[in-house]
Amino acid sequence: MTTVTEAPQIAPSAPTPPRRRYGVPPGLIPPLLFLIVAAVAATAPRLLTGVDPLAADPLHALAGPSAGHWFGTDHLGRDVLARVVHGAGHSLSIGAAAILLATGIGTLLGIVAGLSPRYLDELLSRLFDVLATFPELLLALMVIAITGPGTGNVILAIGVAQIPNYARVIRAQTFVVRRSGYVEQAVTFGLSRPVLVLRHVLPNVLGPLPVLATIGMGTAIIATSGLSFLGMGPQPPSPEWGSMLSEARNYLRVAPWTALFPGLAVTLTVISLTLVGRRLQRRFEGRNP
Amino acid sequence: MSTLQLTRRRGLAAAGWLGPVVRRLGSGLAVLWAAATAAYVALLFAPGDTVDVLIGDGLDTPERRAQIIAEWGLDRSALEQYGDYLARLLRGDLGHSYILQRGVGDVLSSQIWPTVSLALTAAVFGVVLALVLALATAGRRSRFGDLVGLSELVVVSVPPFLIGILLLAVFSFTLGWFPVSGDRGFVSLVLPAVALGLQISGVLGQVLREGLERALEEPFAVTARSRGITEWRLVIRHALRHALLPAVTLLGWFTGVLLGGAIIIEAVFGRPGLGQVTVSAVTGKDMPVVMAVVLLSALAYVTVSTIVDLAYLAIDPRLRRSR
Repeated sequence: MTTVTEAPQIAPSAPTPPRRRYGVPPGLIPPLLFLIVAAVAATAPRLLTGVDPLAADPLHALAGPSAGHWFGTDHLGRDVLARVVHGAGHSLSIGAAAILLATGIGTLLGIVAGLSPRYLDELLSRLFDVLATFPELLLALMVIAITGPGTGNVILAIGVAQIPNYARVIRAQTFVVRRSGYVEQAVTFGLSRPVLVLRHVLPNVLGPLPVLATIGMGTAIIATSGLSFLGMGPQPPSPEWGSMLSEARNYLRVAPWTALFPGLAVTLTVISLTLVGRRLQRRFEGRNP
Repeated sequence: MSTLQLTRRRGLAAAGWLGPVVRRLGSGLAVLWAAATAAYVALLFAPGDTVDVLIGDGLDTPERRAQIIAEWGLDRSALEQYGDYLARLLRGDLGHSYILQRGVGDVLSSQIWPTVSLALTAAVFGVVLALVLALATAGRRSRFGDLVGLSELVVVSVPPFLIGILLLAVFSFTLGWFPVSGDRGFVSLVLPAVALGLQISGVLGQVLREGLERALEEPFAVTARSRGITEWRLVIRHALRHALLPAVTLLGWFTGVLLGGAIIIEAVFGRPGLGQVTVSAVTGKDMPVVMAVVLLSALAYVTVSTIVDLAYLAIDPRLRRSR
C-alpha cells in the first residue's frame, strides 16, 4: 500500500469489554427533562400555553411577572412566556436543520475524501482547511449578505459554516475503517464498490456523529440566536430567542425579565445538549478508547 | 515508500530549519490565495447579475453600473477578471463600497482600531483568567474546583451577547459603574472585553486543566516529586509547559472567536468598530465590504496559525524532521 501515507488519526484499539450500564445516570435527568420540554414546546407549543405569542396589549406593556403573565410582558404587552415557548420552534428547528445539512454534506464529502485517490483527497482536505479559516459567524454573514435574511438562509448559513468539522472527522474515520479487517475481508469476497461503501463503510464511519451532532446542535443554536440578535434571522414579529433578546436590550433598565427568560431558555438548552453530548462522548470513547 | 519521498526527506533533514519554515509559509500563502478565490467564486455564483450584487442596496444609476463594470473588469473574460482581482488584492486595494461611496480599505482602516483593542484586551483577560483558574484547581478535587468547572460549562454554553446583556444589566443599569454604550476610553472597554474574554477563558481553562492533570500523572512528575520539589514548583516548572502545547494550537481558533464575537459584542454595547461596519454591510448587501472583512479575518487566522506553527518548530525539534 504505497498510496496511503497519512498516519491513522485515531489509534487502532484493542477490544475492551463493553461497559454496559443501563438506565439514565441521575445527573442526566434534569437536562433530558429540559430537552423533552423544549422539544414539546418546539413541536406542539399549544400544549404548554394557550396564549397567542403575537397578541399585543399596549396597556399592560412591560409588566413584571404576575399570576396572569408568569414571565411578564414585553414592550408591546405580549406575553413573554408564550413567546419563549413559541420561540423554541424557531430556535430548535433552525439548529436541527442546520446540523442535518452539515452532517449530511459533511459525511458525504468526508467519505468521498477518505476513499478517493490521493490527489482528490488532498484537494478536498485543502477545501475543508480553507473553509475553516473563516470564522463561522463571518462565513454565515457572507452567506446572508448574498441570500438576504430569513429562516431558510440562516439554516444555510450556519449549516455551510459547520460542514468542515464533520467532513474532517468522517474522513479520518473512513481511513480507519477502510483498512480494517472486515472491509479487507469484504473486498476479498469481491463485493461491488457501492455495496462495499453502503453496507460496510458508511455504517461504521457514522459512530462519532451522534456525539458531534449533539454538541454541534448547541453551537448552532448559539449561532442562530447570535444571527437573529443582529437582525438576520426570522423577521419580526415572529418570536425567536435571539431576536427577543435583541428587543429586550432596549428595555433592560425597566423590564429585565424580557431578557432573562429567553436568555435562560437558550442557555439551558445549550447546557443540556452539552451535558448529554459529553455523556455520549464518554460512552463512545469507552467503547473505542 | 518511493525513492522520491526518501530523497525529499533527506533533503529537508539536511536543510534543518529552512525546509519546514518555507513549507509552512508557503502553505499559509496558499490558504490565503484559496480564501481569496473562494470569496471571488461566492461573488460570481451569487444569484442575480454580478453588477446588481455589487451595487447591493446602493443607488442604481447607469453611470455607477459603468463604473462597476470598469472597476471589476466585468466586460472582459473570466480569467482576466480573476487575475485582475488578485492583482488588486496584492496591491492592497480592497475595492470600492458603492453604498458608502468610499474605498473599502479606507472604511476598514478607520474602524479597525476599536475592534483590535477590544479583541486584544479580551484575549489578555481571557488567557490570564484561564491560567489562574487552571493553576488554582488542577489536580485537586475541591468544592472550588467543581464550581470553576461548572462555571466554565455555563460560560461556554451561554451566547456571548447574552453575557454582554447580563453585564450591562448588572454593572451599567443597576450599579452604574460603567457607561451603557459607545466608546469612551478604557472604562467603556471593560465590560465588552470581559464578555468576549469569558468565552475564551471557558474553553482555554478546560484545555489547560486537562493538560495539567494529564502531565501531573506522567512518569516525569513522579521523578520530579521523588527529587523532593514542591508541588507548586512541579506545576509551574514542568507540568505547565506540557499543558501549554495543546492550548497554543487553539490560538488560530481564538482569532476567529474573537473576530466573530467582537461583531456581536460591539452590537450589544453600541461600540463603533468593524462589527458595526460588517453588520450594516450585510444588511445593506454591500458585498465589497463584506468580502473585505471576510478576507481580513482569513488573513488574521492564517497569520496567527502560521506563527503558531513556526513557534512549534522552535519548541519541538521533532517536528523539524517530520514529513
